[in-house]
Amino acid sequence: MSTNKKWYSLNFGRNNEKPSGACGCGKTSGGCGSHGAKGHQEPDVNQMTDQEFAEAAINASIGEETKKDGFDQVFDVKMDRRTAFKKLTASLLIGAGAVSTSCSVISGDDSKEKAQIDWEEQFKGNYKLMSDDEKSATVDRLMRSYELRTGKNLSMSSKNAEEDVLFGYAFNISKCQGYMDCVNACVEENNQDRNSEMQYIRIHEMKDGQGFNFNEADDNYYHEVPAEGHFYMGTQCFHCDNPPCVEVCPVQATWREADGLVVVDYDWCVGCRYCMAACPYDGRRFNWSKPEVPEEEVNHNQHYLGNRMRKKGVMEKCTFCVQRSRTGKNPACVEACPTGARVFGNLLDPKSTIRWVLENKKVFRLKEDLGTEPKFWYFMD
Amino acid sequence: MSVFKVFGSLVKDSLATITRGSLRYHIWMGALTFVMLVGMYCYSIQLSEGLSVTGMSDRVSWGLYISNFTFLVGVAAAAVMLVMPTYVLHDVDFKQAVLIGEGLAVAALIMCLAFVVADMGGPSVLWHMIPGIGVFNFPNSMLTWDVIVLNGYLFLNITIPLYILFRHYQGKEAKSSVYVPGAILSVFWAVGIHLVTAFLYQGLQARPFWNNALLGPRFLASAFAAGPALIILVLAIIRNFTAFKVQDRTLRKIAMVVTVAAQINLIMLISELFKEFYAPTHHSESAYYLFFGLHGKDALLPWIWTAIPLNVLATVLLTFHKLRNNFKVLFFCCFILFIAIWIEKGFGLIVPGFIPGPYGKIVEYTPTRIEIGVTLGIWAMGAFIFTILAKTAIGIELGELRYKGKSKNV
Repeated sequence: MSTNKKWYSLNFGRNNEKPSGACGCGKTSGGCGSHGAKGHQEPDVNQMTDQEFAEAAINASIGEETKKDGFDQVFDVKMDRRTAFKKLTASLLIGAGAVSTSCSVISGDDSKEKAQIDWEEQFKGNYKLMSDDEKSATVDRLMRSYELRTGKNLSMSSKNAEEDVLFGYAFNISKCQGYMDCVNACVEENNQDRNSEMQYIRIHEMKDGQGFNFNEADDNYYHEVPAEGHFYMGTQCFHCDNPPCVEVCPVQATWREADGLVVVDYDWCVGCRYCMAACPYDGRRFNWSKPEVPEEEVNHNQHYLGNRMRKKGVMEKCTFCVQRSRTGKNPACVEACPTGARVFGNLLDPKSTIRWVLENKKVFRLKEDLGTEPKFWYFMD
Repeated sequence: MSVFKVFGSLVKDSLATITRGSLRYHIWMGALTFVMLVGMYCYSIQLSEGLSVTGMSDRVSWGLYISNFTFLVGVAAAAVMLVMPTYVLHDVDFKQAVLIGEGLAVAALIMCLAFVVADMGGPSVLWHMIPGIGVFNFPNSMLTWDVIVLNGYLFLNITIPLYILFRHYQGKEAKSSVYVPGAILSVFWAVGIHLVTAFLYQGLQARPFWNNALLGPRFLASAFAAGPALIILVLAIIRNFTAFKVQDRTLRKIAMVVTVAAQINLIMLISELFKEFYAPTHHSESAYYLFFGLHGKDALLPWIWTAIPLNVLATVLLTFHKLRNNFKVLFFCCFILFIAIWIEKGFGLIVPGFIPGPYGKIVEYTPTRIEIGVTLGIWAMGAFIFTILAKTAIGIELGELRYKGKSKNV
């Protein structure tokens, strides 16, 4: 969220940027049962004798209170909400573990580990508020889960925004010929659902002589391009500096990163689609069904905030290919464009191409009157 | 004698009352249960397949669920039109109706929450929205405001009637010093829930059809017409089928509220239509789509052209004292007004907000059968809850339900 806004917004003493290290509960001490590795010390259910299991279970659920008697153990305990939640989770976990251990004859260690990962993933906090350790813990869990399910490895990054970087994008309307290579590259790079043919980028085919008339434009053409008497204009998420979608999200599942990328924590999103209603640029997509990508087409080079596999009922969107841009590469659409119509770079670097475009071309943005400050400019030769 | 004991006895007596009744009552409850089960079946399909089983898409991302939610917030808010005269202005004529009105508010609010949950993509992670455990984006997101005001209003509307009925159940008078502060708070709160729900849409610069300063006030006006209209119908049914006495005077007074609200609503409608069609701009396209269709796409025309004539007809009929005071005409007017506002504020408000899309794309929306099934299920649940609440309340008010533990103790 940008700190120097042009208008006043209520803050009630809350900091928009909470100190890192806090999780969803807003506290830094202890775990809320959602931080896996270092959060709490569940016993490793798989490799224990019954005796050890019982001891560990008692220890995890009542801990140091074992010296007290009767009700005191349960009621006379100094416990904040965080601890209470942690203990509840721990005891539920042990209960679930005990049931599955006693009932299942055939399930191996793998399926138990998978169940444990699923559990921890279900109750983890919001990525935005995680510390770096917590971020890498969840990324490790997701990679391990993928390995357990498919037997293959993937690399998932939790790389944070670098300092002095602010990403921006420019689109040369004169150059674009409507080949849609960008769209294909985007779908392949970002593991979008193949069944619903989800696409972040839309290329609008416009008639010459009518100006930028989106109403008459066709964003779903299936003919040879460039078509006579037409020009092309691409839209996608503009990564606004003042994004309306971020303001409206009831759970802060979407936010603007320090390098200007507007991202979504797919695991924190509740799927209310308020952001979708708030976006003036058609920049957001929803997973109406379980997204499916054939195993051989999955891009294994992933970022938590980017192209990792999504689930049913959550929002997703263009992230300027965070998995690529944060490692110094161009987004897939820029790389794929055969005409050079797409320019991407660091707005804070005076020597970048994007800065040259902004300084030397007559650039404009869409719907500037809405005050959203997109970081996506259009220009012509 | 502990309060809990009395409360336990109240719950037991109430259970006994709601499980007994005439054949017609059993058929009514059985039918509602059946519809609820069908709705649950439809919802289970939606849970396993995802929201793709609904008619919604990336282009029209809110549909029947959010439409009904918006409308029902209005119905819930309308209870204030009975609460204020009774508890604050001490108008005795409303006293019989007010408990029914509050019961209706409770049922409507539970339906609202059910519709929101039904619309969620991930109901299993809804705990992310619970303040303290999750992350509550307050005060930036209007949706968090809505969560607060709806739950607060639900709390007020459960506790106030519960206190009054609880006292009456023990044969005591309710102390006005206890419930009047709550009642006064609920008056402001009712305006709050509806204004906040309007702001949910009004605050989106992306949707010119909603981003309109009249939206909030018009929400209130239409709510205070549709809600009391429903209350009149419900009271008419109750006094027909039970021994509960509702005086003609009460109905006439509520009818007056409906009339004034419907008139104001109509004036605002005219103002909106004038703005959209006198000097149409790019931003009037949604209104064009709603009323006349755009580029041959006209799915909403039958709906809105049903709603507008019904709305006008009801308002005109209600305006004449002679017609309004004839109960047959009054009930007819209330019915058509209710339908008209349900269309206008549901479908007619939510769907055109998305059409045309941000870049002018027109993709229409038609609810699927599963969506309709879930919707009917939730309405049946609301009716079921209301019937239970009303039956208990009427039992206590008529003196059929009384606490008997006292004599044993003595």
